[in-house]
Amino acid sequence: MAKPTAVALDDATVAFRLADGRVYTAVEKARLAVEHGEFVAIVGPTGCGKSTLLNVAAGLLKPAAGEVRIFDGPLTGLNRDAGYLFQADALFPWKTALDNVAIGLEITGVPRAEALERAQGWLNSVGLGAFGGRYPHMLSGGQRKRVGLAQVLIRDPKILLMDEPFGPLDAQTRQIMGNLLLELWNADRKAVLFVTHDLEEAIALADRVVIMSAGPAARIIGDWRVTLPRPRDILEVRMEKDFHALHRQIWSVLKDEVMKGYAQSTQAPGAA
Amino acid sequence: MSRAGLLLCQLLVAVIALGLWQLFASVPIFGHTWLPPFFFSNPVDVGSQIFDWFRTGVIWKHLLITLWESILAFAIGSLGGVMVGFWFARQPLVAAIFDPYVKMLNALPRVVLAPIFTLWLGLGIWSKVALGVTLVFFIVFFNVYQGVREVSATVLANGRMLGMNERQLMRHVYWPSALSWMFSSLHTSVGFAVVGAVVGEYLGSAAGLGYLIQQAEGVFDVAGVFAGMFVLSAFVILIDMAVTVVERRLLVWRPDAADGRG
Repeated sequence: MAKPTAVALDDATVAFRLADGRVYTAVEKARLAVEHGEFVAIVGPTGCGKSTLLNVAAGLLKPAAGEVRIFDGPLTGLNRDAGYLFQADALFPWKTALDNVAIGLEITGVPRAEALERAQGWLNSVGLGAFGGRYPHMLSGGQRKRVGLAQVLIRDPKILLMDEPFGPLDAQTRQIMGNLLLELWNADRKAVLFVTHDLEEAIALADRVVIMSAGPAARIIGDWRVTLPRPRDILEVRMEKDFHALHRQIWSVLKDEVMKGYAQSTQAPGAA
Repeated sequence: MSRAGLLLCQLLVAVIALGLWQLFASVPIFGHTWLPPFFFSNPVDVGSQIFDWFRTGVIWKHLLITLWESILAFAIGSLGGVMVGFWFARQPLVAAIFDPYVKMLNALPRVVLAPIFTLWLGLGIWSKVALGVTLVFFIVFFNVYQGVREVSATVLANGRMLGMNERQLMRHVYWPSALSWMFSSLHTSVGFAVVGAVVGEYLGSAAGLGYLIQQAEGVFDVAGVFAGMFVLSAFVILIDMAVTVVERRLLVWRPDAADGRG
């Protein structure tokens, strides 16, 4: 029997009530399934509601219509099976790197000594074994992301939700972080939903790339399977012919949406 | 400029100021004493008065009383401020209802409360503590209120996604955030605790630095008034230094605490 689908959005529509009383539909009838062990990337123009969709899968937002199912059960409240890596800094600034990683275990009742020991192990595996005593402000942006990754993974979530996690980093650090992510993911192949605006990053990392249209009322307009062999090296995979072919294919669809999104973001407010 | 050079210049300012004071107070210039000793005293008299206080040891009693009042005012005011701040921040309806009254009380110049506190609590230390509490409470209250409300939404969402329940969010997210805001106002609130104590003593008491100054003033002992002022400043500077040490230890995680915030 096939394993249950990790995350399923059934025609999920997300709408917000604006301050002036109008209703703004961010995402319309999104239908998306992330299978067990599958790495899915969502790509779309700025402001298309990619992060909104992720928040719906996390249970941080409730869809106005449609349904979210996690391992075939309807999602009510927060998604307890998911770990979430945020785009912005989400570490607790008043805790050291080690304590930041250990906290996920501590709150579930793991004794502190054991939590710290396992946290140290996770810091080692993200390459920050010697930085456990540092506070977040003493770490670089890339190091903070590594701590964030360890913080999420130590709880061993079945689903990993990532919201442009490497967005604020410089190009080299992003690639290194991408490889680190693939390496860690390869160990136990969790279901991943990865949001990014960078198509190259999406193809290099994912098994499937999903394209969203420009908002408002953004929709899922494309779904491509990435058949590049694993394990991959992000730097090298970009040189391959298949990579370019796929990139060209997806970009031909994405380009129009990016242009639309750009036009909307430069329009005078109220003109719409 | 080197550390020693800076210290030298700072000392020079004091020496020149005191020297001019002594000069104008004791030597007539063009047949006119610019700083009449009756009104301005002079550094030598002030110095010998301070020396006398410490030699006979009378000053210790007054210093201890003022210190004790300040500590109590700070502790009680902070505790109240933290609790009410937390309560208001977590219960917006309560905050909204009490908002005008909080503003009203805070707008009131606290000195006018001193006679009432004396009436209620007597001439002992508690009327001074009460005055200090009304000053400290509002500073801590506003800071904690702000601190709890301005917790980063991302950090909060992260706490939730990591599986924290309300109690754990309180302990690991709201509480540290509120404390950091409270500590950022530590210098101000400690300073106000001392102000409350001294002003209270000045307005009616039997001991303390404020009492000492008030007594000297009552008999036109200007040297005594200045001596009291100097001891008071030194006292406040020492307390402030202690606060800085505490702050450095407690706020190591903050980017601006490490390099000595102004």
